[in-house]
Amino acid sequence: MRLIDIDAGIWVRVTGFEGGVKFQERLLQHGLYPGDRARILRVAPLKGPLLVEVNGREIALGRVVAQEILVEVME
Amino acid sequence: MRFALIGRPNCGKSTLFNQVAGYKAETGNFHGTTVTFTESKVRVAGEVVELVDLPGTYTLAGSNPAEAVAKEYLESNDVDVIINVADASHLAQSLELTLELLVVKRPVILALNMMDEALRMGLRIDGPGLEKKLGIRVVPLVASKGRGVKGLFLAGKEVARSKPEYSLRFSSFEEDPLARHRLGQELATGFTRQGERNLSWHDRLDDILLHPVWGYVALISVLLVFFQMVYGIGQMVEPSLLAIFNRLIFLATGHLGQQSFIGVLASGVLQGVTAGVAIVLPYLLPFLLGLGLLEDVGYLPRVAFLMDSLMHRIGLHGKAIVPFILGYGCNVPAVMSTRTLEEPRDRFMAAALATLVPCAARLAVVFGLVAFYLGPIPALGLYIYNLFVIAVTGRILTHLMPEDSPGLILEMPPYRTPTIRAVFNKAWFRIREFVVEAWPTLIAGSGILAVLSYYNLAIYFNLLVRPFTWLLDLPEVVGVPLIFGILRKELSLVMLGQALGTMNFATAMTPTQLFTFTVFVMFYVPCVATLIMLRRELGTKGMAWITLLTVLVALVAALIARGVGFIFL
Repeated sequence: MRLIDIDAGIWVRVTGFEGGVKFQERLLQHGLYPGDRARILRVAPLKGPLLVEVNGREIALGRVVAQEILVEVME
Repeated sequence: MRFALIGRPNCGKSTLFNQVAGYKAETGNFHGTTVTFTESKVRVAGEVVELVDLPGTYTLAGSNPAEAVAKEYLESNDVDVIINVADASHLAQSLELTLELLVVKRPVILALNMMDEALRMGLRIDGPGLEKKLGIRVVPLVASKGRGVKGLFLAGKEVARSKPEYSLRFSSFEEDPLARHRLGQELATGFTRQGERNLSWHDRLDDILLHPVWGYVALISVLLVFFQMVYGIGQMVEPSLLAIFNRLIFLATGHLGQQSFIGVLASGVLQGVTAGVAIVLPYLLPFLLGLGLLEDVGYLPRVAFLMDSLMHRIGLHGKAIVPFILGYGCNVPAVMSTRTLEEPRDRFMAAALATLVPCAARLAVVFGLVAFYLGPIPALGLYIYNLFVIAVTGRILTHLMPEDSPGLILEMPPYRTPTIRAVFNKAWFRIREFVVEAWPTLIAGSGILAVLSYYNLAIYFNLLVRPFTWLLDLPEVVGVPLIFGILRKELSLVMLGQALGTMNFATAMTPTQLFTFTVFVMFYVPCVATLIMLRRELGTKGMAWITLLTVLVALVAALIARGVGFIFL
C-alpha cells in the first residue's frame, strides 16, 4: 500500500520508497527511513499535503510525495 | 581559537549563536561558493574565541552544496572544536549527525539543546552515560533562555586545550545512513527514560491553526494583524522622514544653487539616500521583524502546509508562499526570502512571481490614480486582476519550466517562544545586506538620473519608452515618470504632475489612460533595490530574465486593461 491510501490515525510501517535517488535522499535527510513507524495526523483540505508523525516528529508531505512511500498497516 | 556550530535545521543553533554573538557578527561566503556562514568574536573567561555558525545540516554526506562545504570546513585546520547542537527533544535524529561528526578528526562537544522542551515531553536523558558511550563531552543547554551557554563555552576551551583522543568506535557506520539511523534510535532509547508527558496548550494549538476551516480563518487574521501593524508603523514613520529629507534637499539645493550642476547632483544623490531610508525604516525593518517573529514562533511551516495545494496551481509548493506575503509590503524582503527554497527553479519562479506583487509603493500609485480618480471598485478590481495575472504567469512559466521537485517535504517544528534578541539580530543581518548591496546603487542611479535631467537628456527617455506608450495609447511625456519609477516606484506618481504640467491628472489623461498607466506601473521592471536583490539571489542572468518577463507581462496586462477601460470607463 501507499501512504496516500491510508486513513488518518492508523499506524503504519514504512517499507520502501519509489522515485528518484535524489528524492529518496531528501526523505532520508528529513528522518524518514524504511522500517520507521508513522501515522497521518491530519490532511490539508483541497488535496493538500499530509501531516505525518514519524519518531515523535511531524513532517508535512505533499500528495505526490506520499504517493511514492510504500507502507504496511501495523497490527 | 575557533569553535564551529553545527546542527540540524530547527535545533536552536542560531538561537545559541545570537545569544552570544550580538550585532558584531559578520556574514561571509565559503571560498568560491555562494554558501554563507556567520562569524563572530565571543569572549570566554578572558579569551577571545571565534565562533562560526554553519548552515543547518541534516547530514555531512548530503548532495546539497551547503553540506559539502560544511564537511570540508570542519575537516580544515581552522576549527579547534566542533560544537554539535542537538535537539534533546528529538535525540534519535540529532544523534545521526553526531555519529557522522565522530569520524571527523576534530574534538566534538555535543550540546543537548532544548532540555526544557525534552523535560516537558517527559524525557530524561542520561547525559553522563551518553558521554561515556560516545567518548565526547555532552553538555545540557537551553539556548533560548541562555542557560548552560557559559558552561558550554568553558567546556569548549577545556576540550580544545586537552586535545582528546578521537573516538573511532563508530567509524564503520559513517558510510551507511540507514545504519546511522538505527544506531541513533538505539542510543536514544538506551539513554533516555520516558516519564510523564506534560502536555501544554502548545501541543493542542495545531488543532485550531491547521484546522480545515479555522486554520484559514486564523491565517487570514494573522496576516491582517501583521499588515495592519507593519503598514501602521510605515505610515507613522514615512511622512515625517520624507519631510526631514525634503527639507534637507531644499536646504542643500538652496545653498548650492538650484540651477547649478553641483546643486542638481547633490539633490539627486540626496534623493537616492532618501529612497534608501524610505525603504529601510518604514517597510523593511518592520517587515523583517514581523517575519522573524513568525519564523521563530514556528508559524511559517504551518502557512506552507495550509497554502500548499493553492500554490501548486501556479506551479510552486507551499514553502513559496512567504515571498508572496512579504511582496505586498516590499519586494526586497520577498526576494530575500526565496533562498529558503531548495530547487533553483523554484527560487527563480517564486522571485519572478513575487516581484509582480504590488508593494506598498505601488499601492500609493493605485490609490493616487485609480482609487482617487476612478473610485474604490476599480482599485479593488486591480488587486484581483493582479492575482489573476500572477496566476496566469505562473501557469505559463510552469509550462516552460516544468516542476521537477517531487513536492513538499517540510519539517513541522513545535511552537516555540521566540527571543527578542534572536528576532532583532536576524532582522539586522538582513537589513545590513540591503544597506551594503542595494543602497549604494540606488544613490548612484539617482545621481546619474539627476545629471541627465540637468543636461535635459531625460527628455530622450520619452523616446525610449515611446514604443510602449504608443501601443498603450498613453501621452508621450509619461516616459520620464516611468523611468524614474524604476528608482523608486512612487516616483511614477510624484513625477507625473511635473510631466503633464498639471496636478489634476484627469484633465490631461482620460480614465482609460489613467487605468492603463497604473496597470503598467504595477508590473513593469522592479525597482532598483529589488533588482539588486534579484541579482544577489539569482545572478545577473536571472535578474535580466525577470526584468524582461516583467516588461512583457506589464505590456500584455496593460493592453488588456486598455481594452477593458475602452469598454467600461
